[in-house]
Amino acid sequence: MADRPGGTLTAYRALLGAQARSQTAYRASFVVDLVGNVGATVFDVLTVLVLFGVTRELGGFTLRETMVIVGLSAFAFATADLLVGNIERIPRYVRTGLLDAVLLRPLGALPQLLLMDLPLRKVSRALFGLAVWVTAVAAADIDWTPARAVLAVAAPAAGVVFFGSVFVATATVSFFWIESGELANSLTYGGRDFTSYPVTVYGGWFRALFAYGLGFAFVSYHPALALLGRADPLGLPQWVSWAAPGVAVVAAALAAGAWRFGIRHYRSTGS
Amino acid sequence: MGSVNATVAPFTTSNVILWFRTFWAIAASGFRRYSTYRQAALAGIVTNTVFGFLRCYVLLAVAGAAGSAAGYDRRQLTTFVWVGQGLLTVVQLWGWTELADRIRTGDVVGDLLRPVHPVTAYLATDTGRAGYAAVVRLLPPVLVAPLFFELYLPARWPTVPLFVGSVVAAVVLSFACRYLVNTTAYWLADVRGPLVLWTLGSGVLSGLYFPLRFLPEWVYQPLWIVTPFPSLLQTPLDVLVERDPTRVQVTLVAVQICWAALLLAACRLVQRRAERRLVVQGG
Repeated sequence: MADRPGGTLTAYRALLGAQARSQTAYRASFVVDLVGNVGATVFDVLTVLVLFGVTRELGGFTLRETMVIVGLSAFAFATADLLVGNIERIPRYVRTGLLDAVLLRPLGALPQLLLMDLPLRKVSRALFGLAVWVTAVAAADIDWTPARAVLAVAAPAAGVVFFGSVFVATATVSFFWIESGELANSLTYGGRDFTSYPVTVYGGWFRALFAYGLGFAFVSYHPALALLGRADPLGLPQWVSWAAPGVAVVAAALAAGAWRFGIRHYRSTGS
Repeated sequence: MGSVNATVAPFTTSNVILWFRTFWAIAASGFRRYSTYRQAALAGIVTNTVFGFLRCYVLLAVAGAAGSAAGYDRRQLTTFVWVGQGLLTVVQLWGWTELADRIRTGDVVGDLLRPVHPVTAYLATDTGRAGYAAVVRLLPPVLVAPLFFELYLPARWPTVPLFVGSVVAAVVLSFACRYLVNTTAYWLADVRGPLVLWTLGSGVLSGLYFPLRFLPEWVYQPLWIVTPFPSLLQTPLDVLVERDPTRVQVTLVAVQICWAALLLAACRLVQRRAERRLVVQGG
C-alpha cells in the first residue's frame, strides 16, 4: 500500500470517514454529546465570571484582561483535546491488545490511534473556545499593530500544539505504567486550569514548576501580555512574551521524542 | 408460556440485626473491592493534590488584599478547597455507570434474583467504597495542605459530629442521585444524555468549581432547597469551615438528610416500576 502514491493518505481518510459515519449514525445521541461537551467549557468560563462577581481583579488583572487569557486557554485546550485528546485512552488499548494490532499495520501508530477514535462531539467545545477567544480579543481594547495581529493568530495555534504535546507526552507514561490512570489528568486538565488564570495568581515553587518548568506560562499568560501591551509584573523582559509561541515547537519536539521512546520500549501485555 | 416474575418476595421476618449484618458484609466487600486498585489510588491522590494547589491559589487571589470573599476568610477558603478535593472521591459524583452497564447487558437479572433489595445492596457496596476513599483519598490532601497553606480548624465542638453526619448524608445522597441516573437505562438503554446532565449539574451546582456563596443570595438559596446539588459538597464543607452559626449548620444538614431520604425512596419506587417492564433478551 505504501508503494502507491497517496495510498497512505487514502487509508487515513478512510479511517476518518468511517469514524464520522459511525459517530453520527445515532443523531440524537450525537447531539446530546455535542451539547454535553460544550457545557463543560461554558461552565469553566462562567466560573471566571462568577469569581469576578466577588472581586474586581485577579492577580492584578481586570476581567477584560483575564478573559483574553481564558479565551486563549479554552480554545487551545478544546482544540487539542478534539485532535489528540483521545490518546489518553491508550491504557485501554494496551490492556486490550488493540495497540498490538495497530502496530502491525503499515501506517503510523500515532495517526492511526488518533483517527480511529477522533471524538467529533468535541467540535462544539472547540468552536465555543474560538468564540470566547474572538470576543475577548475584541473586547480587550487592544492597540492593534501588524505584529499583534500575527500574534493573535499564532498564539492560539501554538497553544493547540502545546496542549497536544502534553497529551501525547503524558499518554506515553502508560506504556510503562498502565495503571497511571488519572495521573495524566493533573497535567492535561490541570494545565488547562492553570492557563485559565494569570500566572501572578499562583505562588512559590508551584508557580515556578507549572509556569516555567512545564512551560504553561507561555501558552496564554505571556501571549496575552504581549497583546495587551503590559509589562510582566513578575519581571521577565518583553521579548519573552513575544517569543512565547516558540515554546510550542520545543514541546512538540520533546513529545515526539517521548512517544518514539515509548513505542520502541513498548512490550505487549501478552495474550 | 407463563412469565417469570423477576422480583423476589421481600423479607417476611423483619429482622433488623440480620439486615444490618447483611449490609455490613456487603459494605466490607465493597471496601475490599476498591482497595485492590492501589496504583490508581496513588495517581488519583497526586491529581487531587495538584487541583488542590490550583483551586486554592485562585480562591486566595479572589480573597486578595481584602483577605475575605463572600464571608470566607483566607483560611476558610483554603480548608474549603483542600477538604473539597478529598471529599470529591468520597462522595464520588462521577464515573459510576455499573448499574446502567448491567441493565444494558442484562446482568442486572443477577441482582434481582438475590434476596437483598438491589437499592440496599448497591448502597452497601457504595458505603464500603466511600469508607475506603475516606481513608485513602480524603486524608492525603488534608495532610499535604498544612505543609504549604494555613488551614482553618473548627472552633466549636458540635461542628465535628455535624460534619461527619453531613459527609455520610452526602455519600447516601450522591449514591441515590447516581442510582436514579443509572436506572434511566431501563427505559433509554443509552444513559449518556442523563449522565451528561448529571455530570454538568453536579459539578457546578455542588460547589466544586467555586463556593456557591460567590453567587448572589437569591440564586444560591433556592438552589439549596429545591435541588439536591449543594447538599453533595457545599453543605459538608460549609459545615466544616463554620461559615454559619450552629443553628444554620443543623438546618443545612437537615435539608441534606431530607434530600437523601427522599431520593432513596425515589430509587426504590423507580426500581419497582422498572422491574415491571424489564425484558431481558437472550436465553
